[in-house]
Amino acid sequence: MQTAKFQSSNDAGVLSANQGSVSGNAVASSTGPSGLPEATKQLAKSQLERVGKYITGFCAALVVLVVVSLIFLVAQHGLSTFFVDGINPIAFFTGDTWNPHNTGADGMPLVGALPMIVGSFSVTLLSCVIVIPFALGAAIFAVEINPTLGSKILRPALELLTGIPSVVFGLIGLMVLVPWVRSWAGGTGYGILAGSLVLAVMVLPTVTSLAIDALESVPATYRQSSYALGATRWQTIWHIVLRAALPGLLTAIVLGMARAFGEALAVQMVIGNAAIIPSSLTTPAATLTSILTMSMGNEAMGTVYNDVLWSLALVLLVMSLVFILIVHLIGRKSVSNNAQ
Amino acid sequence: MMNFGSKASKLEVVGDKVADLNVTVDGTIMRTKDVGVRYNETYKALRDVSLNFDRGQVTALIGPSGCGKSTYLRCLNLMNREIPHCHIDGEIYFHGKQINFKDVNVYDLRTQVGMVFQTPNPFRKSIYDNIAFGLKKHGIKDKAYIDETVERSLKQAALWDEVKDKLKKSAYALSGGQRQRLCIARTLSLNPEIVLMDEPCSALDPIATRAIERTILSIASRGIAVIIVTHNIEQARRVSDKTAYFYLGEMVETGDTSKIFTNPDDQRTADYLDGRFG
Amino acid sequence: MPSNLSERAIKAKRQDKTATVIISVIVGFIILLLAAIIIYILAKGIGKAVDPSFLTSNPQQFKEGGGIGPELFNSFYLLVITLIISFPLSLGAAIFLAEYAPANAVTSGIKTAIEVLSSLPSIVVGLFAFLLFVIQMGWGFSIASGALALTVFNIPLLVRTIQQALESVPAHQRDAGLAMGLTRWETTIHIILPTAMPAIVTGLILSAGRVFGEAAALIYSAGQSAPALDFTNFDLSSASCPWNIWRPAETLAVHIWKINSEGVVPDLEAVSDGTAAVLIICVLAFNLLARFLGKRLGKKLTAE
Repeated sequence: MQTAKFQSSNDAGVLSANQGSVSGNAVASSTGPSGLPEATKQLAKSQLERVGKYITGFCAALVVLVVVSLIFLVAQHGLSTFFVDGINPIAFFTGDTWNPHNTGADGMPLVGALPMIVGSFSVTLLSCVIVIPFALGAAIFAVEINPTLGSKILRPALELLTGIPSVVFGLIGLMVLVPWVRSWAGGTGYGILAGSLVLAVMVLPTVTSLAIDALESVPATYRQSSYALGATRWQTIWHIVLRAALPGLLTAIVLGMARAFGEALAVQMVIGNAAIIPSSLTTPAATLTSILTMSMGNEAMGTVYNDVLWSLALVLLVMSLVFILIVHLIGRKSVSNNAQ
Repeated sequence: MMNFGSKASKLEVVGDKVADLNVTVDGTIMRTKDVGVRYNETYKALRDVSLNFDRGQVTALIGPSGCGKSTYLRCLNLMNREIPHCHIDGEIYFHGKQINFKDVNVYDLRTQVGMVFQTPNPFRKSIYDNIAFGLKKHGIKDKAYIDETVERSLKQAALWDEVKDKLKKSAYALSGGQRQRLCIARTLSLNPEIVLMDEPCSALDPIATRAIERTILSIASRGIAVIIVTHNIEQARRVSDKTAYFYLGEMVETGDTSKIFTNPDDQRTADYLDGRFG
Repeated sequence: MPSNLSERAIKAKRQDKTATVIISVIVGFIILLLAAIIIYILAKGIGKAVDPSFLTSNPQQFKEGGGIGPELFNSFYLLVITLIISFPLSLGAAIFLAEYAPANAVTSGIKTAIEVLSSLPSIVVGLFAFLLFVIQMGWGFSIASGALALTVFNIPLLVRTIQQALESVPAHQRDAGLAMGLTRWETTIHIILPTAMPAIVTGLILSAGRVFGEAAALIYSAGQSAPALDFTNFDLSSASCPWNIWRPAETLAVHIWKINSEGVVPDLEAVSDGTAAVLIICVLAFNLLARFLGKRLGKKLTAE
């Protein structure tokens, strides 16, 4: 029979931690050798636990601090366009002339951001339209048609594709896509189309791997019951699996859009960087990111031009928050649908 | 012989804690009074369970799936506290002292109230280190003591002869039954007074199950209180001295195993043992 | 059996076949595309990429024959510093989220913050670093600013990978540790972490590949110039000392972008192709290393 350790060995008895120990610990009568020999003095377990919690909690807090200060700083500079420089937000969002060094008829700098906003949304939407059939097809292949090849070839290929730096995509766009578009559609070759094609390839791995996750999360019983009713594989995929995976697939597309919207250098290299509202897919245009990339280094801090650039950055930031919000809304909706 | 749940009359209140002065007379080592478990503050998974556990005896907790028997077992070493939103109500006495309060030293408690799980879960370490690790982390540096304890615990778990030549091999080189006995040895290395077992044989074949059951009986013969949750009614009959029947989050009936199995008081117990459900 | 049913069945079967063919073609196209991208970059740049003088000499701004010596060194140096800062921080945050975080509003706030960070465009991260480190701290375009920008860029991915690795360790391992009277800290450090290590190492190296190729976060933090480096110089305040973290440091990825957007170097195409080939080779190497080490560690863990 053993003696209870909290009567015999270290002082941190089971009843004593932080609570003032109950006197007369030796209520139990058992005698004999102690359960464990005297422990060498070490940090009491509860202290150790607290230290671990604080260290890791500090890391987490630091990450939060970074995010909060990032949002704060960008917002502070981005908003000073409107609150310090007195620029009308309507002029910013709807003005179609971007020439902050000059002033317009109202005496205010020409800071119409509409061309870039239109450009960003155009490349984002177009690249998503291009990428959806590919991503969906690849995901269906990897989950439903040939999971072996899917995990042996397709997934590593997608991982590799994720790893290719965006400047390399930009470079290929510059050397291959732009001349190709030029020969095919005329003009300079720079523009929304070239940008969208580059972005489509770049977001393909993101969208595909999320789509794969979405399809994989559809329970196997769904498929089995469909097959049991005599449906073909395609009928099962089309009517059962894709429908059940719809929220996940939408999430995949939205996150792909978020990535496309924020991509800077690859787009900047092929879009032509003309801050005018694009008249066609193959004329030079600009996005929020491309103008930021081009101009931020040239304008001194505190000037109106610089402040407006920060406003563009703020638009980017807000849009990425909006994309996250959409993902959350999709998630919530699908949860409530499942609960019904 | 003890009587389950009959100790309430002998209580004496000391401050806000309750001490049972008669705790050692009949060998009761752990006792619960009105123990319940809540999830998310509202959902009650377990209600008002009062049981006594004696040294050297095997108590079986039986009942259909979801009846709360495992949930109850996980109260006895406060493992339920590791589950978010899980709250343990009621009083749990160990050596006559209430242990269900916020800042109790669960670390020392758990060395004395060991636990064996449903899935054999040795650490991804060598057989030797699986046992030595716990000792080292509880501040024991004496190599001779550790070596001696490894051997003793493996013998107590009836595993020594099978592994003594490969102590440095990975625990995952062992069979399922051997892994489970290693987990028992790991628990015994800390010299517990109580060993909790949560369906320890449900992942094992009949031969391995026999070996574990023999180990259970030999542990109990050393004066350790063994509390075992089992799905297998026959196993409860084979190994336990006492049986408690759980149903829908309540403890329906408890008593000597022979009595429960031959002449249960409650119709629900009789129905379960007759195989009418569960 | 009614005849129209069997007709429908035949039609369904044909549809099924067509869909399978189309999807297989799509997948084939994706694989070909990837192969084409890699082969194209390697074929165009391999001549330069294996030329030792290109890999070691200084870049030229207006003449031909420039190399990428400083850029190559800067890329690795920045990567190492970034990982030294971001790995422990991410590990800590991931352990907190996986093991300690109570299920409450604070925790969901932390999770949201990490999610926000992961979806932020890297150019915004770079501009934040520009504002905070380059301007407000007065560090200028420097390795220090760049490494912190890359840290911010790397944290969300790394935290998520490590957290997933920790959470994929079976719960019974955690239970085993806790039930022996160990703290969560001890259980995490000695049981969970070693088991999760293969996945963590794989994730770390993959994130390293991503950091290595990142440019947008760097153009306004580590800067777009690469002063010539003198490896015999150990004066940590000198701009030519390679180890000086206060000097500007253009990386390979930034170099490709910069020479293409300025377009003044006469042998622009050759230099940018060569740099891209070096970059791709490094990224491929990271990818292979991640797979190899992940498998190796996984085997070591499960076998014996």
